[in-house]
Amino acid sequence: MHKNAYFGLSIVVAILAVLPFLLPNSFYMDLAIRMAINAVIVLGLNLLIGFAGQISLGHAGFLGIGAYATAVLPTHFGWHPLLAMGAGAAVTGALAALVARPIFKLKGHYLAMATLGLGIILNIAIRNEATWTGGPDGMPVPAMGLLGFELTSDKHWYWVVAILLAVSVWASLNLIDSPFGRALRALHGSEVASQVVGVDVVRYKVAIFVLSAVFASLMGSVTAHYVGFVTPNLADFFHSIELVTMVVIGGMASVYGSLVGAVLLTALPQALATFEGWETVAFGTILMLCMIFLPKGLVPTLAARFGKGE
Amino acid sequence: MLSQFLQFLFSGVTVGATYALAALGFTLIYNASNVINFAQGEFIMLGGMLAVFFTQLGLPLPVALGLAILVPAVVGVLVEKLAIEPVKGAETVTLIIITIGASLVIRGLVQVWLGKNTHSLPPFSGDTPIEILGATLLPQSLWVFGVTALVVVALWYFFNRTLTGKAMLATSVNRLAAELVGINTSWVLFMSFAMSAALGALGGILVTPITLTSYDVGIMLGLKGFVAAVVGGLGNGLGAVVGGLLVGVLEAMGAGYVSSAYKDAIPFVLILFILFFMPRGLFGAKVTDRV
Repeated sequence: MHKNAYFGLSIVVAILAVLPFLLPNSFYMDLAIRMAINAVIVLGLNLLIGFAGQISLGHAGFLGIGAYATAVLPTHFGWHPLLAMGAGAAVTGALAALVARPIFKLKGHYLAMATLGLGIILNIAIRNEATWTGGPDGMPVPAMGLLGFELTSDKHWYWVVAILLAVSVWASLNLIDSPFGRALRALHGSEVASQVVGVDVVRYKVAIFVLSAVFASLMGSVTAHYVGFVTPNLADFFHSIELVTMVVIGGMASVYGSLVGAVLLTALPQALATFEGWETVAFGTILMLCMIFLPKGLVPTLAARFGKGE
Repeated sequence: MLSQFLQFLFSGVTVGATYALAALGFTLIYNASNVINFAQGEFIMLGGMLAVFFTQLGLPLPVALGLAILVPAVVGVLVEKLAIEPVKGAETVTLIIITIGASLVIRGLVQVWLGKNTHSLPPFSGDTPIEILGATLLPQSLWVFGVTALVVVALWYFFNRTLTGKAMLATSVNRLAAELVGINTSWVLFMSFAMSAALGALGGILVTPITLTSYDVGIMLGLKGFVAAVVGGLGNGLGAVVGGLLVGVLEAMGAGYVSSAYKDAIPFVLILFILFFMPRGLFGAKVTDRV
């Protein structure tokens, strides 16, 4: 890791450490927690989209598997929440690995289509299997507990997700500077060239797809526990798009961009709530304007403007 | 047995025709610009909603329907001019997000303007069902089949027999070469957005008397149109039509014989299977990437 990267990481940790003491009330606390959860998902997705250059329009489906594993297994089968979370992640990883091989023979729009299809099928399954999942109305999630200690207050949740986020930032920074990360960036640059120098292109693509899917699944479980309720909206097409938008608006292939994207797009619907009825129009307009004027995303654009790379 | 099969087939081909028109829209824009226009479904919605709006204003049916095709075409051109042209050559993801932004704006505006209610349009020529071997066929379905067939023939003529159509085709094959022989490619882009929006709107108008419409029907219709375009092999006009009909019929058969709850999942299961085994769709050309 470069010195620069450590500097960035320490700023993130500092902000996370100070933030809860600055937030005026539980509304902002809740917002901060949701921002941090999204940031972890977006970090994983950015490894796939930004660094490896592969599109996924179905990541909310993976998030849904994690969320519903956490809701369904403890409720209907009495599993321990941590075990349920692990099972969700394992199923997600296995599913992602199973479909990844044929999917990653595809490129560009075909890849977008395949991931989109997968996400939609998962969402429809969740909506239809009402006996298990509560259908379109969703279902409550039992509280997360370990050794008699129950995670309930916002403060506890904040520290849990803050630590998860800091660790994820650290891990992502390390990953992209490792041989694995270099291989990913190489195949983004030119698949043929990286094949020529001995990178097993498909294997790396599959690995990063599975990794980002498992990230999404785990954070889906965390979201489910934190909110205490799951609905199929967690896993729908629009949520997949929101996640991809966070990646792109923050900045593709930028770790700190992922954080900025997650923070901005989590806050945006709150900010737009004042436009009663016009939220969708405003949201769409902002998406288009951002992409037209900042096609590379906020952080890379600003970094270039001020002459500093990451 | 047979009557049931025919019944599913009729309803499948009817919806399939709409998917085919949407898929043709995807194909036109994809060929002209390499953009997958995720706002395509909103044009279908716009067609249906505007047809309802204009007929309720008391306009004669032909005028109302004409306007319901014209307005979406103008919207399509606006999307192209304001959102697609400024970012020429951007990454695929960026373009996808821009068109999704456009679809949100269109859907949001219609929701504010015309509300969230479900609307219907009276059938063009009565609603006395026609009986064929024990299955019933709505007269409106005949309109859908007929107009779609007409459009396909007209498009074939346009692309094979007229200079404008050939110019558009040439642009899709090789933009630079087309520019070198004097084809105005930015005008081609303009035309393809107008045409694809009009095609989508036409499909939306035709099925509204059968399937009803509301501000949010565009998402699923658009995505299924995308599936249809990919089934046939992106960029292939004939493939788009066959893909649309295939998706429509399989969906109706699946809903009838297997599970109606999973009706919406059928096109996506189909596309995953096709992509797993035929990565370029049914009719996609085999291409080798040049390095």
